[in-house]
Amino acid sequence: MQVFRSHVLICGGTGCTASGSVVLHEEFEKQLTKNNLENEVKIVLTGCFGFCEKGPIVVVYPEGCMYTMVKSEDIKEIVEEHLVKGRIVQRLLVSGHAEEESKADITNLEFFKKQKRVVLGNCGVINPEEINEYIAYDGYKALGKVLTEMKPQAVIDLIKRSGLRGRGGGGFPTGLKWEFTARAQDDQKYVCCNADEGDPGAFMDRSILEGDPHSVIEAMTIAGYAVGASQGFIYVRAEYPIAVKRLNMAIDEAKRLGLLGKDIFGSGFDFDLEIRLGAGAFVCGEETALMTSIEGKRGEPRPRPPFPANKGLWQKPTLLNNVETYANIPQIILNGPEWFSSVGTEKSKGTKVFALGGKINNTGLVEIPMGTTLKEVVYEIGGGIPDGKKFKAAQMGGPSGGCIPAEHIDVKIDYDSLIQLGAMMGSGGMIIMDEETCMVDIAKFFLEFTVDESCGKCPPCRIGTKRMLEILNRITDGEGTLEDIDKLEILAKNIKASALCGLGQTAPNPVLSTLRYFKDEYLAHVNEKTCPAGVCKSITRYVIHEDACKSCGICARNCPVGCISGEKKKPYKIDQDKCIKCGVCMEKCPFKAIFKNA
Amino acid sequence: MEMVNITIDDRKIKVPDNYTVLEAAKYANIKIPTLCYLKGINEIGACRMCVVEIKGARSLQAACVYPVSEGLEIYTQTPAVRESRRVTLELILSNHEKKCLTCVRSRSCELQKLAEELHISDIRFEGETYELPVDNFSPSIVRDPNKCVLCRRCVSMCKDVQGVSVIDTTERGFNTIVSSAFHKTLNEVPCTMCGQCIAVCPVGALREKDDTDKVWQALANKDLHVIVQTAPAVRVALGEEFGLPIGTRVTSNMVASLRRLGFEKVFDTDTAADLTIMEEVNELIERIQTGGKLPLITSCSPGWIKFCEHYYPEFLDNLSTCKSPHQMFGALLKSYYAEKMGVDPAKIFVVSIMPCTAKKFEAQRPELSGTGYPDVDVVLTTRELARMIREAAIDFKNLPERNFDDPMGEATGAGVIFGATGGVMEAALRTAAELLTGKSIGSGDCIEYNEVRGLKGIKEATIELGGLTLKAAVAHGLGNARKLLERIKAGEAEYHFVEIMACPGGCVNGGGQPIQPSEVRSWIDLRSERARAIYEEDRSMHVRKSHENIAVKKMYEEYFEKPGSKKAHELLHTHYKARPNYPGDDCC
Repeated sequence: MQVFRSHVLICGGTGCTASGSVVLHEEFEKQLTKNNLENEVKIVLTGCFGFCEKGPIVVVYPEGCMYTMVKSEDIKEIVEEHLVKGRIVQRLLVSGHAEEESKADITNLEFFKKQKRVVLGNCGVINPEEINEYIAYDGYKALGKVLTEMKPQAVIDLIKRSGLRGRGGGGFPTGLKWEFTARAQDDQKYVCCNADEGDPGAFMDRSILEGDPHSVIEAMTIAGYAVGASQGFIYVRAEYPIAVKRLNMAIDEAKRLGLLGKDIFGSGFDFDLEIRLGAGAFVCGEETALMTSIEGKRGEPRPRPPFPANKGLWQKPTLLNNVETYANIPQIILNGPEWFSSVGTEKSKGTKVFALGGKINNTGLVEIPMGTTLKEVVYEIGGGIPDGKKFKAAQMGGPSGGCIPAEHIDVKIDYDSLIQLGAMMGSGGMIIMDEETCMVDIAKFFLEFTVDESCGKCPPCRIGTKRMLEILNRITDGEGTLEDIDKLEILAKNIKASALCGLGQTAPNPVLSTLRYFKDEYLAHVNEKTCPAGVCKSITRYVIHEDACKSCGICARNCPVGCISGEKKKPYKIDQDKCIKCGVCMEKCPFKAIFKNA
Repeated sequence: MEMVNITIDDRKIKVPDNYTVLEAAKYANIKIPTLCYLKGINEIGACRMCVVEIKGARSLQAACVYPVSEGLEIYTQTPAVRESRRVTLELILSNHEKKCLTCVRSRSCELQKLAEELHISDIRFEGETYELPVDNFSPSIVRDPNKCVLCRRCVSMCKDVQGVSVIDTTERGFNTIVSSAFHKTLNEVPCTMCGQCIAVCPVGALREKDDTDKVWQALANKDLHVIVQTAPAVRVALGEEFGLPIGTRVTSNMVASLRRLGFEKVFDTDTAADLTIMEEVNELIERIQTGGKLPLITSCSPGWIKFCEHYYPEFLDNLSTCKSPHQMFGALLKSYYAEKMGVDPAKIFVVSIMPCTAKKFEAQRPELSGTGYPDVDVVLTTRELARMIREAAIDFKNLPERNFDDPMGEATGAGVIFGATGGVMEAALRTAAELLTGKSIGSGDCIEYNEVRGLKGIKEATIELGGLTLKAAVAHGLGNARKLLERIKAGEAEYHFVEIMACPGGCVNGGGQPIQPSEVRSWIDLRSERARAIYEEDRSMHVRKSHENIAVKKMYEEYFEKPGSKKAHELLHTHYKARPNYPGDDCC
């Protein structure tokens, strides 16, 4: 085996690929060859490090120092300085951590300190396109153990003991789900993986599939053995080309090594996997719609019961878990259920991956132990709010979830605490909002999404969410009435109670939760016809403060529609009828004399 | 089947464990409103009108799909349930074109009835509404998406029962509509025009192309000799339009009404059905004796014919070349009858009252004009006739006894049973049995072929006919037709003679028949109720075999000479062609 003195890890996740990491790879190869280092330094294209805000990311081992926002022209310097001379390129390190060399080690970074990377353990470590690297990190060891040493029921018992709950949103105990499917009697059963991640801004599952596809394949095979299924399907959205490519490669590789297919590990157990591509409909992340789509029909939910465990794909017992849930399985088998349940809170065990986004410094992917507080995520891992603005709320659980306001920032993140606050874990989208966010506008944003993504099967969702959106539009246009707020509540309550599927039943959540915590903002829009955050353009007014105006005329010169006029020594005025609320005047005023909604 | 104990609105009952909550409630005589539900056809829990509270369930559940289980506690009338049903209904109404006064389904609309029953006095959630084009390009079916409530009964009917699948839900969310592929109109897609979609539509989104105006105009035109003929299935269903029980025979009232409407002659299509049997049995015997193409498949059902032309062109040579009875009758009226009566055939206007929407399409086929004039000028459905009777203010239930006109009004029991699945087969067997053996098979029970009667999807019979073992099969509903044809194609079954009707149950349940709401047709089988009336009429007739029809005998003596003659072929037979399924198909 060839031994290298240094390893250059380049992030090959979607984020870094989009910001040019493929070019970095080529440039590194060029520079290494130029310096005759190709036999001493190995380049590895890995999965996501999670620090997406600062991508493209390059990590050099053995030092473990992370270079961020690396550009093609930086490579020469990294090779010549770091790899040839052993001097760390300080300017490319994360700011604030460059003073001492020891801090270059990524484990010292504030962003990683409070994280616990279990399901992301291999992401940013191994080359996901190389099965041997996965095996070197104990890959397929859990499967070997299960197939050669354990009975199916023992596997189920072990998962039950771990306390693992579904990571796709509902939080249903995974072991129990496996048990139901195992108990169902039929000649054919299926195991499915839900990789139809669709929440706006969420990319946990994508990163796992891109960074560690074998962990999901291994887990599904284990699940197949536990429940008695010989066929599996991974339903992944076609908009995840890198994930699909790596999954396909991984399946082929696993088959080649006999880790998938007939008589795995000589145990007599057969298991095969196929990929099904989703066309990107959000509703296909709902389990019954997903299965309907796999069957080749229009992706629409069907009523439950019967539950998939009894009648799923093609009316056969089917086990359906999400990517992250599966990615936990090999670790639980290898380290034991007690190890897993030692992390987390009483009813929420293990870790959870979140896609951190919105008004936060460290946008990216984080994996935290259950029970970590929202405050720790926002201010320590997330690095706080940009420009020192105030934290207003976090939207948890995407369009099906709700917001957690600043007064609850100390909440421990676990399934039940979030539900109590009217939000939910969801699949792990976490969008941070600062003081300049209008909560009515946020509710509208998510509702626009669900209206767009409603499958149209049941009237509460098809027409009800549309009517709610129309009401919200009226409110943000300054045409809402108090009766409209009542109607919103009536609709929200009834859609929640009567819609056919989880998507419809949770669609009103963003409205319900913003009404719960920020009703005053709704009332301001309705009663005073103003948007306190100054976001809703129709009712936002820019006003020049007479005392502060020095009549310099900068605002008038910059106004794109020429709606500001004035003369020397007299305060300038904005013609509200012509104003397009672009905010340029306020931005340009050197005397801070222009205000929103003054 | 196991029984389970459940509690519904605090009443403890025992029901079979394969019941849904809705079925259990029905059993307990508790009414739960439904809209999308149609038993056995559309059980998808989509409309959310039938929601109930189930103890322990997180949200309200649709009674129509929720299975009962031991100890289940159900509440059908809690405030939350009532509020939810009202809100859902208001939402549906908020995007429904509420032109009830001018809607063809006013008074028979299930949505209208729900709004009344749930006491909707105000629609709180008005907003954007559909503004979509109405598809009235097909000669048979009109689709108005602005009235559609997306219950999808039509989709299930077209896809799952008929196996035709030319309509489905397209688009998403608020933009969801039922439409054909690429939003094509129904006449641009391989629709069979069977009209079963209309029969299950709870609202006015699907209806037949109304041709009553053409008939009113013809009746008002003194130059025209306007003749009407009625199919056997019409007389056992028309009464439903006037509040009579399902399966009531109203032959006399119907004839009397037609006279009052001003038709010159009122004939019975059954006569032509007898003629069809003469021609078809002749064709069958000839094919068997000369090694012709078998099985011979009946051609009375124009929905089936169009289906065959689109989807099974390889069976076109198996089709009997006989025109359907009313087309034969039309041709006869414009030739034999015209000569006999001394009327200019150009002045004869033939109206067919049919249980069928596909016959509207059929009447327009250019090849069906052997006399140089279209055999039939206008086809009206049973529903359209009812509309004319109402418009003319005829007191349908109180009319004097009237009979069909001679000379072509005479019919037999064999012609009558054409209206039910298996009827054409049975009529043919009655005649074939005697023609092949040369002996009378008698009358009474011995001429009733029970193996081809009834509602089994595919029926088979083996009949000994003078040394020949005749193998026959009967399929009704195009889904069953598809199954049968596939079996024949695969060589799994061999027959001499096959009857296929496009509509489940045959013509009695045709797409032009009176519409019964889900709450009736989910629990009463319209097909068997109406068929019972058909068989009653057969039994009441003196002559029950086609070849004994005196009028038909006379036609051969005076005009056609014998079945299958050159003249018969000119007027009574037709041909078929493969039709493309989608633009660009080059099948033909």
